[in-house]
Amino acid sequence: MSLLRNLASGLRGLFRKEQVEREMDEELRGYLDAAVIEKMRQGMTREEALRAAHIEMGGAESVKEQVRAVSWESVVETLWQDLKFGLRLLRFNPMFAAAAILSLALGIGANTAIFQLLDAVRLRTLPVRNPEQIAKITIDHRGGASGSFSSRYPDLTYGQWEQIRAQQQGFSSVFAWGPTLFNISPGGEVHNVQGMWVSGEFFQTLGVEPALGRLLTPQDDHANCNSTGAVISSSFWKHQYAGENSVIGRTLSINRHAFEIIGVTPPNFYGVEVGRYFDVAVPLCAEPIINGEDSHLGRPEGWWLSAMGRLKPGWTLDHAATQLRAISPGIFEATLPPNFNPEQAKHYLGYKLGAFPGDSGSSELRSNFENPLWFLLALAGLVLLIASANLANLMLARASAREREMGMRMAVGASRGRLIRQLLAESVLIAGIGAGLGVLLARNLSQILIASLSTQNDPLFVDLGTDWRVLGFTAGLAGLTCILFGLAPALRATSVAPGVVLKESGRGTTKGRSRFGLRRILVVSQIALSLVLLVGALLFARSLNNIATVDAGFRQDGILVTDIDFTSLNLSNERRPAFSAELLSRVRAIPGVDSAATAAIVPLSGNGANHDVLMGTSDAPKDDAQTAAFNRVSPGFFKTLQTPLLVGRDFDERDVKGSPHVAIVNEEFARKFANGKNPVGMTFRIRSLRTISAPHEIVGLVKNAKYADLREDAQPIVYTSPAQYDHPDTDAQILIRSTAPLATLISEVKSSANQAHSDLDITFFPFQKMVQDGLLQDRLMAALSGFFGALAVVLAAIGLYGVISYMVERRRAEIGIRMALGAGQQAIVRLVLRETGVLLLIGLTAGVVLALASARTATSMLFGLKPNDVLTYAMAVAVLSTIAALASFVPARRASRLDPMAALRNE
Amino acid sequence: MADKSSGLVQGTLDMLILKTLELEPMHGYGIAMRIEQISQGVFQVNPGSLFPAFRRLERAGWLASEWRATENNRRAKYYVLTAQGRKQLKGETREWAKQTAAIARILEAES
Repeated sequence: MSLLRNLASGLRGLFRKEQVEREMDEELRGYLDAAVIEKMRQGMTREEALRAAHIEMGGAESVKEQVRAVSWESVVETLWQDLKFGLRLLRFNPMFAAAAILSLALGIGANTAIFQLLDAVRLRTLPVRNPEQIAKITIDHRGGASGSFSSRYPDLTYGQWEQIRAQQQGFSSVFAWGPTLFNISPGGEVHNVQGMWVSGEFFQTLGVEPALGRLLTPQDDHANCNSTGAVISSSFWKHQYAGENSVIGRTLSINRHAFEIIGVTPPNFYGVEVGRYFDVAVPLCAEPIINGEDSHLGRPEGWWLSAMGRLKPGWTLDHAATQLRAISPGIFEATLPPNFNPEQAKHYLGYKLGAFPGDSGSSELRSNFENPLWFLLALAGLVLLIASANLANLMLARASAREREMGMRMAVGASRGRLIRQLLAESVLIAGIGAGLGVLLARNLSQILIASLSTQNDPLFVDLGTDWRVLGFTAGLAGLTCILFGLAPALRATSVAPGVVLKESGRGTTKGRSRFGLRRILVVSQIALSLVLLVGALLFARSLNNIATVDAGFRQDGILVTDIDFTSLNLSNERRPAFSAELLSRVRAIPGVDSAATAAIVPLSGNGANHDVLMGTSDAPKDDAQTAAFNRVSPGFFKTLQTPLLVGRDFDERDVKGSPHVAIVNEEFARKFANGKNPVGMTFRIRSLRTISAPHEIVGLVKNAKYADLREDAQPIVYTSPAQYDHPDTDAQILIRSTAPLATLISEVKSSANQAHSDLDITFFPFQKMVQDGLLQDRLMAALSGFFGALAVVLAAIGLYGVISYMVERRRAEIGIRMALGAGQQAIVRLVLRETGVLLLIGLTAGVVLALASARTATSMLFGLKPNDVLTYAMAVAVLSTIAALASFVPARRASRLDPMAALRNE
Repeated sequence: MADKSSGLVQGTLDMLILKTLELEPMHGYGIAMRIEQISQGVFQVNPGSLFPAFRRLERAGWLASEWRATENNRRAKYYVLTAQGRKQLKGETREWAKQTAAIARILEAES
């Protein structure tokens, strides 16, 4: 009740300020009048009475101030006044204001953007009902597994999934899913969209409701379903069907099979994979229809699914995991692939299932980029720290300029708290405006980051909402920087003893020493921090350079990869090689094509096949069988990629089905399997699963080339000829080396393929672009750390320039005397530079120690150099020293050109 | 002129104001005079303490105010004791009596 009255009266004071003030004036005047009348009654003259009453009263203004101080609204009001005053100060120094706000906006923006990404991929939960109940079911510490893998999350086989669904008890329901690509073009150039295989329980378990139509249910997902419906995402619906309601019931072509669209998911549902989205989902049972011969569903060694479940009420994750462990032996016994060799079988039967928190879904993006993002956040944090130090430096300079004013105000009775509040108001304004701009900036920055991580084949989607965590983070940053750059100067400025300051005339001589100390410490820490950032930037730049210039064993440029898929022609096994050969020869005939060859595995595409190699002709499998990487390539492959053939011959028309099996190996193979001798003429057998191949004779030796990844060490590779094997592919993956423009080449290839047959699915991608897309993380780290490093060095240079200029200004008199006594210009420059040298030396030493301690965390992100690489540190020190010298040379020269007479007269 | 009101125990001024207003509503100067007269000049209250106290007591809900004409036919702000203020005064008086009695006992015991 009393609080309410207080509030009401306070608000009246705020909003009807004039009336309240008028009443107060009137009341005080009335008091004075009454006092005068009273005193005159006691016998004073009017003048005497007036004088006495005024003395008794004291200053009317001070009385009013005391009355105002009683009420809370006065605090609000002084705060408002302080802010207005601060704003006026900022308007007074537009350059300072712009520089301060801009540097903070950049710093806060960069931090917020990176945090926003981290928040989206790491901290946020899935957009489903009660995500905390969702758990992931997978094999605990599976390690190496045998079989064929597809999808980004090949956790389980279909057989294992069926067993888990039947035997688990801890979950009210479980589901399996796998990401894939669907070609929705009915023919011609391939149009891939993001597809998803889902078991019938998928949408029900997650609790996703349809936005339109209905979603898939267990009834849609039964063995051997031959006609089924597809569910599309809201964004696909909007892009592809303009969001029309008539989409339900329409037909969608998926890898040339017709699917009826039965429903649309709600707009916020992107699937269970953070960092990705899905366009089309179909039941697991449709997989054999879509993939045909390549189907994984019926294969006991086909890994392509990932499973999740919703915990039953009362069941904990541990409890459910224990139950899964208990049923593991039975499940793996029942699903053991019959063609596994004894070693593989033993390994397989030892698997144990486990349950893991699944509330934030699966994310390859998270596992790939979480560490780099935390690292970038740390770098951005350092930049913000340096920017804050710069601001603190500027504020300190202004604070010392206002020392006399502060002393004066304290002398006439202003409290220290009041002055600090006023000084802080300016900082709060700068931080507030900086943070506001930073948030705007962050939205764009994080979108740019995501866009730069996306590639055509690997589109990313991150739901970049600004939630309370992001806002809290930004507000925290703003508050922290405000304290960092505002509080210390404010405390400094008001810690003066008024008497001392007022006594001091003009600029001080010796007393500046201690006050100046803080600014030196700031500059030293700026130098140290920017050295850390510079080292980081150089490490990543050199790492990128190393990996981009690494000898891959082939030439990346000028190669177009085209995949011509003729599955739709339903050719028999016998007719496929001939058709494939026809396609290749048609491509070779295109004008401007230098050479072309097919390859089962495009190098650096990330695909691969490994088998055991048994040297000699002996049948007995050795225990220490070692594996090599395999690829099937047509004649001309090495010429196309320009991988030098060192000894022997390429494949040719002699190597067909029925002729002796031949192989070409690389140097690493020779080193590992032939003790470094020339392997040409030697024979070996290939063991995959239980089967052991016929002997292969090595006919050629080629230079080492990268296989799956530019970062890998050289590994043994065996090339064989596809013409010699059964089960030919239903597509021809052709690498084309040509100098013709890409667009012309693509249309030429299309028309030549159409001459062979008009109904083919064709995909194109330039080889070099694919390789560069594989270096995204390296380029991102190099670009961002380079940007942060440059920013840090500029900020540190500005800070150093400011401090040295200030120092020169303070020592004008001393410099003047020195010059008057005969010191030359060079001596003065040396004097000033010595000052820089000391600061630089301390800063660099601290920086090197800090960098050495922190760079270790980047070890896994570097290629071809260690985090304590001496050359990198030397370069960073050299760059920073040069810039520091330049930054202080300007004020040093100014000092050396002082007119000694003018300097001394000023004193 | 020495400000004797500053010698007042913290919070006592509030009690004196409430007490002064117990009989009838009064304006600021009247209250100051009344306190001075009744205390026989021991307490002289200056405006610098008096007016903040009015504001404080009003905010607490113990005083209300209204503008009225004075005996000299001028407009002045009159302060009125509210029901809540009356209760507060009773409580404070009782407390004060208890404390002074206790202090008196201690002082007598020592001498």
